[in-house]
Amino acid sequence: MSFPWAKQYTPSHPAMVWLDQRLPLPRLVYGAVGAGYEVPRNLNYFWNFGFLAGLCLIIQIVTGIVLAMHFAPNTAIAFDSTEHIMRDVNWGWMLRYGHSNGAALFFAVIYLHIFRGFYYGSYKAPREMIWLLGVTIFLLMMATAFMGYVLPWGQMSYWAAQVITGFFTAFPLIGDGLKEWLLGGFAPDNATLNRFFSLHFLLPFVILGVVILHIWSLHIPGSSNPTGVEVKGQSDTVPFHPYYTAKDGWTVGLFMVIYGLFVFYMPNAMGHPDNYIPANPLQTPAHIVPEWYFWPFYAILRSFTQDLLFIPGKLMGVLAMFAAILVWFLMPWLDRSPVRSAKFRPLYRKFFWALVIDVLVLGYCGVSPPEQPYILLAQLATIYYFAHFFIIVPLVSSIERPEPLPFSITESVLGHEGQAAPAAKG
Amino acid sequence: MAQDAGIDTPTADSGAADGALDSGGVRRRDFINIAAVSAAGVGGLVVLYPLISQMSPSADVLAESSTEIDLAAIQPGQAIKALYRKQPLFVRNLTVEEVKKATDLDNNPGEFATLRDPQTLADRTKPGKQNWLITMGVCTHLGCVPLGAGPGEETSRGAFGGYFCPCHGSAYDTAARIRKGPAPRNLEVPPYEFTSDTVVKIG
Repeated sequence: MSFPWAKQYTPSHPAMVWLDQRLPLPRLVYGAVGAGYEVPRNLNYFWNFGFLAGLCLIIQIVTGIVLAMHFAPNTAIAFDSTEHIMRDVNWGWMLRYGHSNGAALFFAVIYLHIFRGFYYGSYKAPREMIWLLGVTIFLLMMATAFMGYVLPWGQMSYWAAQVITGFFTAFPLIGDGLKEWLLGGFAPDNATLNRFFSLHFLLPFVILGVVILHIWSLHIPGSSNPTGVEVKGQSDTVPFHPYYTAKDGWTVGLFMVIYGLFVFYMPNAMGHPDNYIPANPLQTPAHIVPEWYFWPFYAILRSFTQDLLFIPGKLMGVLAMFAAILVWFLMPWLDRSPVRSAKFRPLYRKFFWALVIDVLVLGYCGVSPPEQPYILLAQLATIYYFAHFFIIVPLVSSIERPEPLPFSITESVLGHEGQAAPAAKG
Repeated sequence: MAQDAGIDTPTADSGAADGALDSGGVRRRDFINIAAVSAAGVGGLVVLYPLISQMSPSADVLAESSTEIDLAAIQPGQAIKALYRKQPLFVRNLTVEEVKKATDLDNNPGEFATLRDPQTLADRTKPGKQNWLITMGVCTHLGCVPLGAGPGEETSRGAFGGYFCPCHGSAYDTAARIRKGPAPRNLEVPPYEFTSDTVVKIG
């Protein structure tokens, strides 16, 4: 969809007219990310992370495809072929560091994108489907990142495969069989590595497909904005191109500087030295921790140390860890406040920041050894995490008295006199 | 319309054999539709079976299923790690005190009832060979290798003197029973038999 005032694609070159009549692909692009997409004029920098996430996905796909040309998914040589990439392949070190750091920055960008969604209520009607597809993309990213981490077949790779497929043994009756089916053996081995490679190659393209659905569903209501007030007229919007292509271009530059700093100056800052030791099924590394982007969920997993009635603690931990993300799917229905933006929701805003702190505490517990006081701290933070979604959000949305909303996006930008602006502009 | 009906869309009055109604108001075409969709559905499900089954352990993986271990060199208090089905296996020669620690618990019904996965040392060893504690070295929580069987790990056997998993803090006692931490079950005892006094065959 687009607003009635959105520019229409009008090809002037005869070749483009010819193409437009047969395959209107340029028209599609023009309407999706070109001058034909009208976007609220008041977006702040939190609206730049969607574009950056798309860039990250492209970087991962491009570097990943070239790495696959040099990598061998076989337990006998996977570790060596990774070192071959690092030492012998022309620019191999840059491509591999670019891919591993690119994954971490992809998660950083996605977390900020999700943060934006939570703060500004982007999940609310009529944008529920965009949100549901977004959470799906995040789940696919986690699976892809995990399988990619296994490929170099170092110690952390091997034990990540062991521990994460171990989650599935928590399910009663079918658990052990499920794990053997996933691994293709009794412990991670060649069958595991080979299938993880196949899936790690496949899933980014699945993600790309869901991203296209995500953007498609975004274009039906159009982008939200920091006030949460819907677009009312032409003065509320500007065309995506050149306004937001330019703004996104600037943050792309900034992102590249940060990305370059990691790739060229501290490529192993987010890695783990144990992964430079080849996989050894007889020796677990002393301190197993996932990559930083999984820490909060790892802390939730480890918080369940006691059985609850007949439910084993291990099953509780695994279910809670999955539930911690699946609960996001329910956000559009848990938060019943008609006001989108936390900017006008004084009570929700406080609890939102409390949740951010809670997640940071969980992350800190996730990277700490499984000892007191971290276990207790993680348990309290886990309780608060679920209380936020199931108690605080529904409760706040029914008792809160929101602050007055601006009449329109234009008014929020220009003040009351702004109402004259559209007329003046004519 | 009449022409269409003759080709593709049977109607009651078209008189075509395809569209002829039988007594129950069922057309022959309904039967063909149901049969075709059922065949395609069942066929699809049948094809799914090999696609799912191919991920299960293959024949060569299943074939690596027995290991022989010579116990002669293992001193009391010592443990070794071996490989069984590509997974670590712990073979431990319990000292007299360690056996006593485990059997004391077995003989104390009150305390025994508090075990998460109640089994006696006798349940977990062979008769007359109670000092030979043979278990998988795979923590039943998420599959890490617990400490306590490797060289130099005698001091890392945890609060209950058996094994200790450093990943999430599960502690096992001298019968490799889970006593503390998140693991739900005792370390698994694989099927094995003594082929002589000093040789065991696992699997």
